[in-house]
Amino acid sequence: MIEDLIYVLSRYHMWLWQGFLLTLQLLLVSIIFGTLLAIPLAIGRVSKSIWIQAVPFGFIYLFRGTPLIAQLFLAYYGLGQVISEIDGIRESWMWAYLRDPYWYCLFTFVLNTAAYVAEIMRGGIQNVPNGEVEAARACGMSQPIIYRRIIFPRMWQIIWPAYTNDVIFTLKATSLASTVTLMELTGAARKIVARTALPYEAFISAGVIYLIIVYVLTFGFKGVEKYLRRNETRETSKKSVVPDGIPG
Amino acid sequence: MSTTIPALDVAGMYKSFGDTEVLKGIDLTAHTGDVISIIGSSGSGKSTFLRCINLLETPNAGQVHVHGELIKMRAHKDGTQEPADKKQLQRIRTKLAMVFQGFNLWSHLTILENVIEAPVHVLGIPKKQAVERADALLQKVGMYERRDYYPGHISGGQQQRAAIARALAIEPEVLLFDEPTSALDPELVGEVLKVMTDLAQEGRTMLVVTHEMGFAKGVSSHVMYLHQGLVEEFGHPKDVFENPKSERMKQFLQRDF
Repeated sequence: MIEDLIYVLSRYHMWLWQGFLLTLQLLLVSIIFGTLLAIPLAIGRVSKSIWIQAVPFGFIYLFRGTPLIAQLFLAYYGLGQVISEIDGIRESWMWAYLRDPYWYCLFTFVLNTAAYVAEIMRGGIQNVPNGEVEAARACGMSQPIIYRRIIFPRMWQIIWPAYTNDVIFTLKATSLASTVTLMELTGAARKIVARTALPYEAFISAGVIYLIIVYVLTFGFKGVEKYLRRNETRETSKKSVVPDGIPG
Repeated sequence: MSTTIPALDVAGMYKSFGDTEVLKGIDLTAHTGDVISIIGSSGSGKSTFLRCINLLETPNAGQVHVHGELIKMRAHKDGTQEPADKKQLQRIRTKLAMVFQGFNLWSHLTILENVIEAPVHVLGIPKKQAVERADALLQKVGMYERRDYYPGHISGGQQQRAAIARALAIEPEVLLFDEPTSALDPELVGEVLKVMTDLAQEGRTMLVVTHEMGFAKGVSSHVMYLHQGLVEEFGHPKDVFENPKSERMKQFLQRDF
């Protein structure tokens, strides 16, 4: 067993490394763009007008209510098929992108993450104490300023643990990219199994790498959480909680 | 209108929540330097009245002039109305600072950051200048030493004093106090009332919804007694407290002392 593990690692560590990089890339892009897209969705979701609410509600319901793998297949095999049949598309410069499963994965992951994060954000926005929002309105702040200066900073404090959880969930979700031939971490492990017929060694190696990523993520997110909650922890010994100056 | 323009003029304020009529047409004129205490038993509509002035609640009818400028409203078909010009409302709100019962300091910002927030991000004052002004205001309310603390780390009385500094920071024409001492422990009420008394003596225009009869009697220039959404009694505190004309006011005073 140990010998096999050493064999797999010495022979195929480059596959795992590249898989690791691709997994990380999928995760980062999904989280960053998913979160950016979630912001307008969440704002729409808490709107007083049901018509404005309806669009993000429908979107969120659709993406949270169906399996991610079904969405991925629908995008890659369904949408991809439709696109490939457009006249002249195969000759166009876009074809290089449109045939690549990578973009279909990102597309699906970004939308899926946006749906989950938007729902988390909605809860966060609604849990910002009403009095603090009222105080902002009472001193003449416009709605965009209230969001930027009061609601969003408070929302991040509230949602951070749930958000952390979602990022870790998304990391695991990226493994589905292997089903549409992407050689991310799980895909790399599957390829190693196909070559060596050593499933334990291959998947344990991949699994350990996932665990390391989760460990680092958890650690980093805990640090951010500590910063976000600086106003909640009591530090009697320290005179000034913020050293000096005011964050922009 | 040959005399000076009042700092605040409210005419015919009417508000109902569903079938419940909370305000049934209230008029109020406050000249610069007036300190008007608004008293009444709970449910009399005093807080709602205050919140209708800066449109945290939208009144069903009524006009508000701030220093002669009318807050423009637009009527809906169903009889409700809404602010017609958001920009105007935001500008006028900077002239009507509010102090809340529950303090409502922004808990993710330090006391100093709370005080400079609106000057910097609403009025566009350079940060350095805003900090200088904020420091002076925090000195005045006795919170300078706590300027780097977060609201959650200080007492209710300290939070309310900081909230008063925050209200003063936008240099308002009128200060609206919505039961500023009601959420405080009894031993903390004094420090907040002292700050308010200082402000009154400086000549600030103040509207104070309060249960503190000592303040209403001793500090304010006028007292307004609300009962079931109507002004039951209005006048100088001496007259209102010593010679109340209405039966209800007499009962109210007996109950409270």
